[in-house]
Amino acid sequence: MTENITPIWEVFIRARNGNAHRHAGSIHAADAEMAMQAARDIYTRREEGNSLWVVRSSDIHASDPGDGGMMFDPAADKIYRHPTFYELPEDVGNM
Amino acid sequence: MTDNVLYTYVVRLADDAIILSQRLSEWCGHASHIEEDVALSNIALDLIGQARILYSHAARLEGKGRTEDDICFFRVERQYTNCLLVEQPNADFAVTITRQLFFSAFMLPFWTALKSSGDVILSGLAAKAEKEVAYHLRHSSEWFIRLGDGTPESHSRIEAAVDGLWMYTGELFDVDEITAGLVKRGLAIDPETLRSEWNETINAVLARATISRPDDCWMQIGGRSGEHTEHLGHLLSPMQYLQRSYPGETW
Repeated sequence: MTENITPIWEVFIRARNGNAHRHAGSIHAADAEMAMQAARDIYTRREEGNSLWVVRSSDIHASDPGDGGMMFDPAADKIYRHPTFYELPEDVGNM
Repeated sequence: MTDNVLYTYVVRLADDAIILSQRLSEWCGHASHIEEDVALSNIALDLIGQARILYSHAARLEGKGRTEDDICFFRVERQYTNCLLVEQPNADFAVTITRQLFFSAFMLPFWTALKSSGDVILSGLAAKAEKEVAYHLRHSSEWFIRLGDGTPESHSRIEAAVDGLWMYTGELFDVDEITAGLVKRGLAIDPETLRSEWNETINAVLARATISRPDDCWMQIGGRSGEHTEHLGHLLSPMQYLQRSYPGETW
């Protein structure tokens, strides 16, 4: 099977109701229906979840590792962005 | 409790499941890609699970102290009563998928109907097996449609698979005195009542796959009475080797 006939799809599984779908891995498949079946067969055979998403890998836009400095480093010294920076009144309780 | 008639019926169902499972297992490590390798093995495992429940039930019905393994691994070819369809060789992927489609399209309405069997083991198994076979049918249908409506090569292979296996589909609907008697007792299903659903399923999948339905033809039967095609013995040899070489071996 060549790559252009069976492209790569990313598989996302929701472990239980209320949780978010999480990335589980990838599979090869010719189209969305076959990708869904392959995802079911490969990633949910041990009761890993109750909902599946499959997304063509080529439809995902990923950040460029070379942009890491610009994209992510400036957040490193902004500790006041964490909610723990603020003192909360007792009445508010846990946030 | 000894019930030889029900024993015979249950063993037929078990034999169908274990023989098809063994056939599908032959793909393990050989399928076109890892995804399909696992998919076929999953189906094989579903069928082993069904067969185990059925053989254990049969052993109790027989009442001679035999186990599921005794019935599965210590009967010879002529004592096996699976339908001829499930023992047909994998040949190519098109044959494997077509065989699965023909069988699953029958077993889905079969298990649905058997949920109302008066035998609690059979009705309980039917509820579990119905869901499993629903997926087997979807999996084989979707592959069948893509191969039929695919390249000239895949189309001609699916067409050849349909033509080659069609003569074995009639046996699914065969009724003998074993089945007829159990239908009267409310334990078994009259397969004739499943024919219209099988036809609807098959016609719809064939149409989407751009494959024409073969003309009605003479149907080969014999599996239920132990008269098999030449392929079954070659399947049983590797399947039974371990238990025959090391009787009672477990792991």
